[in-house]
Amino acid sequence: MNIQEYFELVWTDYTLRTITLGTAVLGAICGMLGSFAVLRKQSLLGDAISHAALPGIALAFLITGAKDSGTLLLGALVSGVIGTFWIRGITSKTHLKSDTALGLILSIFFGFGMLLLTFIQKQPNANQAGLDKYLFGQAATLMESDVRLMIIVTGISLFVMLLFWKEFKILLFDADYTKTLGFNTKFIDVLITFLIVLAIVLGLQTVGVVLMSAILLAPAAAARQWTNNLGTMVLLAAVFGAFSGVFGTAISASQNNLSTGPVIVLVAGVFVLLSFIFSHKRGLLFREIRFRKNRTDLKLMKTLQFMYGIAQEHENISHPHAIRILNNFHGFTKSSLKKLEKEGWIAIEGQQWAMTPKGYKQAEEMYNQKTT
Amino acid sequence: MSSPQIEIQLIAAIVAMACAIPGVFLVLRKMALISDAISHSILPGIVIGFFVTQDLNSPLLILLAALTGVITVVMVEFIQKTGLVKEDTAIGLVFPVLFSIGVILIAKNANDVHLDVDAVLLGELAFAPFDRLLVGVADWGPKSLWVMGSILFITISLLILFYKELKVTTFDAGLSSVLGISPLVMHYGLMSVSSVTVVGAFDAVGAILVVALMIAPAATAYLLTEDLKKMIWLSVSFGVFSAISGYWAANFLDASISGSIATTLGVIFLATYLFAPKKGLISVLYRQKQQRIEVSLITFLLHLNRHEEESERHINHLQEHINWQAVRARTVLDLAEKNNLVEIENNVVSLTEKGLAFTEKSLEYIISNKDEKIEPMKEDFFLFRG
Amino acid sequence: MDTQKLAVQIDDLTVAYNYKPVLWDIDLSVPEGVLMAIVGPNGAGKSTLIKTILGIIKPIAGTVSIYGKPYSKQRKLVAYVPQKGSVDWDFPTTALDVVMMGTYGKLGWIKRTGQKEKKIALESMEKVGMLTYKNRQISQLSGGQQQRVFLARALAQDASIYFMDEPFQGVDATTEIAIINILKELRKAGKTVIVVHHDLQTVPEYFDWVTFLNVKKIATGPVKDIFNDDNLTKTYGINYKVAVNK
Repeated sequence: MNIQEYFELVWTDYTLRTITLGTAVLGAICGMLGSFAVLRKQSLLGDAISHAALPGIALAFLITGAKDSGTLLLGALVSGVIGTFWIRGITSKTHLKSDTALGLILSIFFGFGMLLLTFIQKQPNANQAGLDKYLFGQAATLMESDVRLMIIVTGISLFVMLLFWKEFKILLFDADYTKTLGFNTKFIDVLITFLIVLAIVLGLQTVGVVLMSAILLAPAAAARQWTNNLGTMVLLAAVFGAFSGVFGTAISASQNNLSTGPVIVLVAGVFVLLSFIFSHKRGLLFREIRFRKNRTDLKLMKTLQFMYGIAQEHENISHPHAIRILNNFHGFTKSSLKKLEKEGWIAIEGQQWAMTPKGYKQAEEMYNQKTT
Repeated sequence: MSSPQIEIQLIAAIVAMACAIPGVFLVLRKMALISDAISHSILPGIVIGFFVTQDLNSPLLILLAALTGVITVVMVEFIQKTGLVKEDTAIGLVFPVLFSIGVILIAKNANDVHLDVDAVLLGELAFAPFDRLLVGVADWGPKSLWVMGSILFITISLLILFYKELKVTTFDAGLSSVLGISPLVMHYGLMSVSSVTVVGAFDAVGAILVVALMIAPAATAYLLTEDLKKMIWLSVSFGVFSAISGYWAANFLDASISGSIATTLGVIFLATYLFAPKKGLISVLYRQKQQRIEVSLITFLLHLNRHEEESERHINHLQEHINWQAVRARTVLDLAEKNNLVEIENNVVSLTEKGLAFTEKSLEYIISNKDEKIEPMKEDFFLFRG
Repeated sequence: MDTQKLAVQIDDLTVAYNYKPVLWDIDLSVPEGVLMAIVGPNGAGKSTLIKTILGIIKPIAGTVSIYGKPYSKQRKLVAYVPQKGSVDWDFPTTALDVVMMGTYGKLGWIKRTGQKEKKIALESMEKVGMLTYKNRQISQLSGGQQQRVFLARALAQDASIYFMDEPFQGVDATTEIAIINILKELRKAGKTVIVVHHDLQTVPEYFDWVTFLNVKKIATGPVKDIFNDDNLTKTYGINYKVAVNK
């Protein structure tokens, strides 16, 4: 199956439709809530939480023997929350810094999870629960019930987000101020964190614990470059996330032997790269162009100033001068003279230039601006 | 114990030592997560190196992969400098993308690359003894033992050579430039050593365990000491101990060795986190409670000292004005009485001579911003602590 | 005390950070309608005092009351301008949006801002001369403009008491004059304004009331009565003259 066939089949094939819908919804909720994680400078908390979820999945299987993703994700949720609280405990009660706490919890929980997984695999009666898919994600294993769960959780998150939009926004911007206004900041804080953990857990089956955090960050980081409005950013991040999900799934489904997680991450990574470069507001390309333009403008203005200095000494400001008297001034080139002429600030005749009244006025204004 | 068993433990112990040393500096420099980033992003370097050399233990592959690690650091720093996203987001974006490229490279070339993604994440220590270094026909032992042994040797040599410089740049970057030590050189030096160590170790213990081996021993040691030399020794000991006991636990459970080592590290950290004598959770909570009561006590004494009028010194006033719960007020009052700092007559509290001396002395320290001197003073005055 | 109404009353207040004392046993009464500076050296606990009054920090002992009742009951009477450096100015939002946040307190949970709130916000922006910048992203404002936005946000709270944490830090001279004029207008309207202030030289010119603070309260009262060398020395130690000459 190639990608084209995939998109033709999406509308008719039941399984494909389910998977695609699932990854689209997942990408959307991750982009949406990821925006909050990014703005709270909690980008890497997601990474720690997703790794910390692994032992929960394994334990849930060991205890219940259940294979359905609902039970396993509940286990993931519990161990993810434990990991989050432990990270907070470490940073608030000891002098260890947050980077150490995050790295520590991430690697230790993951190691413990792997210990359990390998232990399960070697149990004689284990029906090989297919827990491997939680490492890198396998969208193909999504079932209708999983997708329904995703849609319900996304719906609830969306509702909560819209309901508390004002509170979320003000807490993200200025937590102390929010407290003085009488809002219970702890409640809002826990609510946002819980929603983020929920989104992470929801994505484990599709994207896997190892790369889950990237799906949270990348769409938000890309969206941030295009807008200065929180609402637009969240919306855009949801759209980028959904596209990454769908394209990633399409590509991985059309290839053999590819987990969905890495492909979705790469698609999202492309969004980020393009946004970093081409965004009209903050992008590196436009920044460079603007920088160059400013530099040429500055050169032009300096030349004009220099000419103004010469023209001032004559009664007739439009008295022509030889171009070569500009030679000891380094700011000018042929092209900059042409530009000045195009602006109507000077007139060039043969080897001579003369200032126009318009140019004189322009230079005078600049001169005044400088002195005040 | 069979000979492969001994060899596995030896490799594990050496890997643990090699990781613990740079780990200490990463933790102290608040760069612990860089090890996480490097351990993931070296993957494409390893895969490409493997195409070239066809040998996971080749020095060339290690250098190529370590280069990817350093490139990661440079990329993260570049993105941070653009100011387009926050620092932590920059790390969080770079390494998953590089890691994904690595995973996809492996999957697309599964027939040519005998690398398995699970093995990359987990390593397979149990197989390490089977890849042997043969010189002619002589068997020189497992290759990874040699690789990690060399890395450990280099790390220790660099540590001894540049100990002073590392210490200064870690604790006081400003001073280091005055002394003519470039923090930048030390920074990239540390990054390079970390990258090489991660690459050398990943094949034995996997990408994630490398992170555990780097951060967990150092974090545990940091809860026990703040002396750099002691911290390095403790980290190395914790690493080696976890490596060996983790191995036996895995043997017993018939499960992943690296997962078991990480779990052991976690258990040791948890125990230290709870029970460390000064920095542990229990000790911190106990001290906080004690401090809270003692700070309240001083507040109370100051209040008595400042107010002559009896109404302000009436027992009931404690609750009303100072706004304390009844229990807390009782505890504070009891403590003050037990220490002979106050006396109570007709429900009116007054300072004793000792109480007055204590109060005036602490007041002096408070105003001159020498709060730290109050602590030793308590030792002199208090018979009972809060 | 006297017959004048007390806007803020603090009794026996002690605050500690990590059980290190920052403020000790402070009694302070601020009469209604004054424009008061809180001065003191770095680490004297000036910001801490404000944050404790506003309930951001919990004290170890003591009480704070606003017009005779605890802060939690009088929130709507109080507005706050935090230090400019305390927030992330790269946050994706506009100046108007930030000013609108001043109306959130009266709105309470969940309710959305409407035309009424927008009108209040726009009026506040006009007062601080920022109306033309209302749709600017906040990172594209200068330091002085950012401070004006913060002031406008507090004005939108329409309070009786205004607390400001170093509003003159890192602002240009024009903004400083604009801000102090607004503060004086607030006083004229009968409001109480309490400002953490650094520049001792401008105290007599800007304020009519002053509190000297250095872990303990040194003195409080009208500027003309108590702003003297004696209190300055008590607060800053022997070197206070150097500070003034700066």
